[in-house]
Amino acid sequence: MAVIIVERKPLTFAERTYLPQILGGLRTTFRHLIAPKQTLEYPEQRPAIPPGYRGVPTLVMDPNGREKCVSCQLCEFVCPPKAIRITPGEIPADDADRAHVEKAPKAFDIDMLRCIYCGLCEEVCPEEAIFLQNQFSMSGYTRAEMVNHKDKLYELGGTLPDAHHKWDKKKAAEVHGNAH
Amino acid sequence: MFDFFFNLHPIVQAFAKGLAVVMVIFPIAGACSMAERKVAAWIQDRPGPNRAIVPWVAWIPFLGRFLQRLGIFHVMADGGKMLFKEDSLPGHVNKFYFIAAPIVAMIPALTTVVVVPFGAYLDAAGKVIPLGLAHVEVGILAVFAVSSLGVYALILAGWASNSKYPFLGSVRASAQLISYELSMALSVLPVFLWVNAPGTEGTMSLARVVEFQSLPGFFGGMWFGFLMPLSAFIFLVALFAETNRQPFDTVESESDLVGSFHTEYGAFKWGLFFVAEYSHMLVGSAVFMLLFGGGWNPLPWVSLADLVGWLAPILPFAAEPLFVGVLSIAIFLGKVLAMIFLFMWVRWTLPRFRYDQVMKIGWQKMLPLSIANLLFYAIAIAVKDLYFAKL
Repeated sequence: MAVIIVERKPLTFAERTYLPQILGGLRTTFRHLIAPKQTLEYPEQRPAIPPGYRGVPTLVMDPNGREKCVSCQLCEFVCPPKAIRITPGEIPADDADRAHVEKAPKAFDIDMLRCIYCGLCEEVCPEEAIFLQNQFSMSGYTRAEMVNHKDKLYELGGTLPDAHHKWDKKKAAEVHGNAH
Repeated sequence: MFDFFFNLHPIVQAFAKGLAVVMVIFPIAGACSMAERKVAAWIQDRPGPNRAIVPWVAWIPFLGRFLQRLGIFHVMADGGKMLFKEDSLPGHVNKFYFIAAPIVAMIPALTTVVVVPFGAYLDAAGKVIPLGLAHVEVGILAVFAVSSLGVYALILAGWASNSKYPFLGSVRASAQLISYELSMALSVLPVFLWVNAPGTEGTMSLARVVEFQSLPGFFGGMWFGFLMPLSAFIFLVALFAETNRQPFDTVESESDLVGSFHTEYGAFKWGLFFVAEYSHMLVGSAVFMLLFGGGWNPLPWVSLADLVGWLAPILPFAAEPLFVGVLSIAIFLGKVLAMIFLFMWVRWTLPRFRYDQVMKIGWQKMLPLSIANLLFYAIAIAVKDLYFAKL
């Protein structure tokens, strides 16, 4: 391999006085002085969250306002730090709106002091009921406060658009006599 | 209104004037610490401190918001914190000198103000009378003599702290101040050679220097900064070193000396050191502006008297001593604050020189340069006085 010998030029007189460099530096800093600010003023201004961001895990409702989670407990089993604790529950038979929904969690707790935001729960969920959404800051004064219960999880999650309408299909199939 | 003041006992008058000046210097020094943070933030593309606000100021529309964004109330919050937090006294220090050091730092910082004129007014005859606490003919000598006492505070603080870093810092401070004092003093000599032309009354007064920059004619109206750029430059560099500002910040270089001489200090004593440092900067900038920046003259070749002459047809009260005094003080203060901004601008631009570089620049570069500068101007001024006395 050829060796390229780079000639190191001796400093010129102007460079040795250091003054042109100082003036150049002052020019640069002055441009920054009048340039628009690069920072966000955090609590009021929030950064734009990129798609696919893994924030706080949340539970979502389907467009009919029913909870999607059927408490299969796959997320509980897959969760590496064991942050999720689910108590499965039955849906009362007289609830007409949810007549075709199989099951629902009685309690659903995510301990945010344990959660590592890995997103495995979202990945494993067969019902697309748990999502890691945009919220990135969780704080509380006690350990108990840092456990998100079911109502909090639904409040954080809200309703997401649904492509499948599983329970509607099930209902339709029952009405029309298992057409497929 | 004024008669009442002038009928007071001279000592009461002097006390009132001194108090007024201190009441201006102290808040400006405090505001400078805020300005420092703001300028730092702006240069680093940040908005800087802008949250603190007093509730009843927040009710004022626009202005309250503006003051909040400017961070004005952070100064008060900082000051209040510094006053009321525990003033700890480490067990291993020499208590008397440890407490004396910040006080010693304040004394020269506020004493030099006495001989610095900061404005002027026109008397009935149209003569420019400088404003200042004391009009002494020794002027610049008094400034040099008293301001160099400031280093004793640093030495005292470093030694009394009885720990390594403060001690090293104070040793550096004393060496640095001595090194740059020489070139600083030599750099102002050409100005006084020019002012003390043969046949005139000898003076070292700063007000007289400004008077010489307010004369009619090409050289008369020229500020000494244009006439003697090298002197101004050497003085400026020495000023940066004397006030321990970046890039000559070796005294306080936190990366190798923790906090240098104020490592062991906290609360109000620490605050006093900072007010002293900013007061030094203020007085240094003021002296620079008096010597090389035309003092209270608004523009080169435009003296204060000219400005008042132009304003007279527009404003009926333009020649009032009160108006001219306030105008001249505003012009002068504006220039001084511009200098303070330069200090901060340079601080956030240049990296710190290494200590050996500081010494090398001081002794091997600045000192020969200032001597050569002095020789050049001594000859040039002699030639001018002998052959071109009319200029």
